[in-house]
Formats: sequence, C-alpha cells, structure tokens
Amino acid sequence: MKENRVVAPYLIWMTIFIVLPIILVIFFGVTIRTESGLQLSLDNFKRFFEPIYLMVLWRSIRLALISTVICLILGYPMAMILASNGLKMKNTLVLLFIIPMWMNFLLRTYAWMTLLERGGIINTILNFLKLPSLNILYTEQAVILGMVYNFLPFMVLPIYSVLIKIDKSLLEAAEDLGADSITVFRKVTFPLSISGVISGITMVFMPAVTTFVISRLLGGGQFTLIGNLIEQQFLFVGDWSFGSAISIVMMILILVSMGFMSKYEKENEGAGLW
Amino acid sequence: MVMKHIKKLYAFLIFFFLYAPIMVLIIFSFNESKSRGSWDGLTLKWYIELFKDRQIMSAMYYTLSVAILSSLIATAIGTAAAIGIDNMKRFKKSMIMNLTYLPVLNPDIVTGIALMLLFIFMRIRLGFLTLLLAHITFNIPYVIISVLPKLKQLNKHIYEAALDLGASPSYALRKVIIPEIMPGIITGFLLAFTLSLDDFVISFFTTGSGVSNLSITIYSMARRGINPKINALSTIMFITVLLLLIIINNRMSKNNTIKE
Repeated sequence: MKENRVVAPYLIWMTIFIVLPIILVIFFGVTIRTESGLQLSLDNFKRFFEPIYLMVLWRSIRLALISTVICLILGYPMAMILASNGLKMKNTLVLLFIIPMWMNFLLRTYAWMTLLERGGIINTILNFLKLPSLNILYTEQAVILGMVYNFLPFMVLPIYSVLIKIDKSLLEAAEDLGADSITVFRKVTFPLSISGVISGITMVFMPAVTTFVISRLLGGGQFTLIGNLIEQQFLFVGDWSFGSAISIVMMILILVSMGFMSKYEKENEGAGLW
Repeated sequence: MVMKHIKKLYAFLIFFFLYAPIMVLIIFSFNESKSRGSWDGLTLKWYIELFKDRQIMSAMYYTLSVAILSSLIATAIGTAAAIGIDNMKRFKKSMIMNLTYLPVLNPDIVTGIALMLLFIFMRIRLGFLTLLLAHITFNIPYVIISVLPKLKQLNKHIYEAALDLGASPSYALRKVIIPEIMPGIITGFLLAFTLSLDDFVISFFTTGSGVSNLSITIYSMARRGINPKINALSTIMFITVLLLLIIINNRMSKNNTIKE
C-alpha cells in the first residue's frame, strides 16, 4: 500500500513539533550567552551540580519516593480487593476508580487546599470534636498528600490488571500443598504481580518527581521542586540555557529509568489503564 | 468472614479518600456563604456568577475550541499515520514508534518548554494558534496508539479482496479499512479530546496574549486562594467527565462482547 503518502503528514508534523523542539532544548542546554554571542559550554550542567540545586533535586526525589511508597502500601491491597474473585459489580468499581483520575487535576489539588485550610472542613470538624486543629497546608506533608491523592489510581490500576490475569489454579495448588495465605501471597501472588508493581511505581514516581503544580498550590511555593526550578528559569529568570540543561537532565533521568523499568515488564499490557 | 468485612471497610475508606474532596467541592458549590466553615443555606448564585465571569467564560470557550479542533485534526493525522505505520517494515516501524512514544513518556514540562522554545524560535506569537499546535502534537501519539491494535486485528485479505473486485486503493480504504478500524478511531478521538480538556502543563508554557484554558484559569485563581466559583466549575466539569467516561466505557464493553 502507498504507506508514504498517508504517513507523510505525520512525519512532517513529528519532525517540526517533536524532533526540532528537543534539538532546540539540547542546543540551549549546551550553550551560554556571552558578549561575543552564543558559545558552546557545559557550564549549565556544572551549575546544576551546585549544592543548592542538588538539594532541589534531592527534595524532588525524596518527596516523590515517599509518595510512591505510600501509594504502593495503600494501593496494593486495594488492587487485590478489586481483583478478588467473588466481587459483584467489579467493572463499576474499577470505573469508579478511574473517574477521579479524569477529573481536572488542578481541581483535585484545589479541593485539598479548601479541605486543609485553617477554616476548612477538616479543621471545622476537628474543632467541633474539641480536637487540636491540623495546620498542614503549605507544608511538605500537604505536598505528599496531594501527590498520593493525585497518583494513587496510577498505582492501583496496573497492579489490578496484572492480578486479574493470574491463573487462580496456581493459588489453589499452593493451598493444596499446604501453604497458608501469607505464604501464598509471598511466594505466588506477589512475585507474579511484580510487573504490575513496577509499572505502578513508574507511573506514580515519574509525574510526582516532575510536578510543579502540587508543590506550588499545596506547598505554597516554599518547596521548590525540580519542576518549579524549570518553570522559574523559563518564565521568571529568563535563563533558557540553565532551564534547558535542567530539562535535559530530567529527560535523561526519566527516559533511562523508563527503559530500565520496561526491561522488567514482561508485557506492555501491564500499563493499560483500561 | 472477618476478612470480608475488613476488605469492604478498606475499599470504602479508599473510595472515601478519593471522592470526599470532590464531594465537598460539589456540596459547597451550593453554599450561600463564601467561607467553608459555615453553611448558610442553598444557593445557585455561584453558578450564576460563574456564567457571568468573563475570564472563565473565555477560558471555557478556548478550552472547548482547542479540544474539538485539536482532537479532530489529531485523529485525522494519527489515523492516517497508523495505517501507514502498520504497513511499514519492521525496522522503520519500530523507529517511528519509538519517536511516537517520546512525547508520551517525556515529562509534560519538558514537552511544554520545548514547544515554547520552538514557537519563540519560529517567531510565532504565543496564543491560540500555538496552543492548538501544541495540543495536536501531544494528541497524535494517543490516536496512533488507539488505532494500531485495531489494524493488527484486521484481516489483510479483506483489503486485497476489495482490490481484486475492482475497488481502487482509496475506495477500498474508505469502504473496507476505515469502517473496520472505526472503534479504534473513535476511542482515540475521545481520548485525545479528554486529554486536551484536561491539559495544564503543556498549555501553560505554550499559550500567551490573554488566551488561557480552564486549567490555567483555575491555577491562577487557586494561587490567589479559595474561590467558590471554582467549586461551581468543578461540579460542572465533574459531571461532564463522568458522562464522557460512561460513554467511552459502554463503547469498550460493547467492543469486548463483540470480540468474544
């Protein structure tokens, strides 16, 4: 078939809007502005390894890791429940899990702002019960809470889609051979679901480490994450070279870890949201 | 038996965690009082104010027009691309697919700033056009990913049969291939439409001169604090998303039953 004619618009589009922009980012990343014009240099990357920026990087990774672990701990049991055998209305429950994910994520984050604020619902209830009020808005905990809330479905759904494919007779066989339910989980269920766990971790960690909205709204701008740093460089500081260098570092980090993760994923379906 | 109840309780708590914030937004969109601490009676005034708000209404207009235009254009380009990619030799195919996955895997913020640099470099003024171009760009891969599996399922002999019976290639494409892969095309279109409606990060970097979509407007309003108009907006958007998802889900389950 005349493949070239139908693919041509896409190839042109891709070259202009996907390949060219990335070349531009790399170009800005490896040049610095001097009096004599643009000059090739790796100074931008060197600058990124100054302690103040490394701290930002470390904070982003730390908050994203904590959120990922919490999502895994909360999400795995939930995925097991959704995947369990005798569940009525399974599809409806899974759909219920997907719905909040498709609600505008700024609104989801904003919802927590209104819940956590000083005169907000949570504090009103706490005051009513004569309990001490909770002031976590604009703290790290609020940022972590926002990440867990926004990304929990990304952990549950991949694990769920692997769990429902596990051959139930394997579990029965293990039980017949005398394993108790904890051993069955440890030796059969969990190892078989590892590909789902890995894609869940990827799908939570990646957006969490690159976010700049959650940290801005729930952290009140006090917690600069790597995403905020990039935003600042482009929109406020106007240092495109440094901003591009950080973007390149982030892009490499993400693509390398994606490649690493996908090695462990036996089947691509593990990441399917549907 | 005890286990069963623990499971139910756990599932309930997780769903409560997911839905409580949204429900609070929805309930308080009908609250007379501006503060969250008190309930002063039912009102629709925030909805009325919402529809009177110029900034929000223009954002709504831009969001919808960008979503409709970008998903239509992305569906056209993406479907054509998928048909071509499906017929490619293995090496070329995997190379193009790797590039196609790039904007899907790349952090949104990197895609956003990369496109912003491109538009500034090309001297295109940031605004409606750049917003639209950016949305088409990040939508195309999702259309391709939705259409390709349908093409794989397609029986290649039907197309050949059509040609043998005297159909021209373009006639066979229109009458045989397109109807067969239609479910994939529609899924891709809906996916693109929803993603475009929801996008914040890429839009944030690629728009300018007073053009902003709903996400950007919410962001700038939320940064200034609580605003009951946002609650009203949330309610409307939540119901819209709910309806869209129910439609998509019905399509999916119908397709699955046909397959079985």
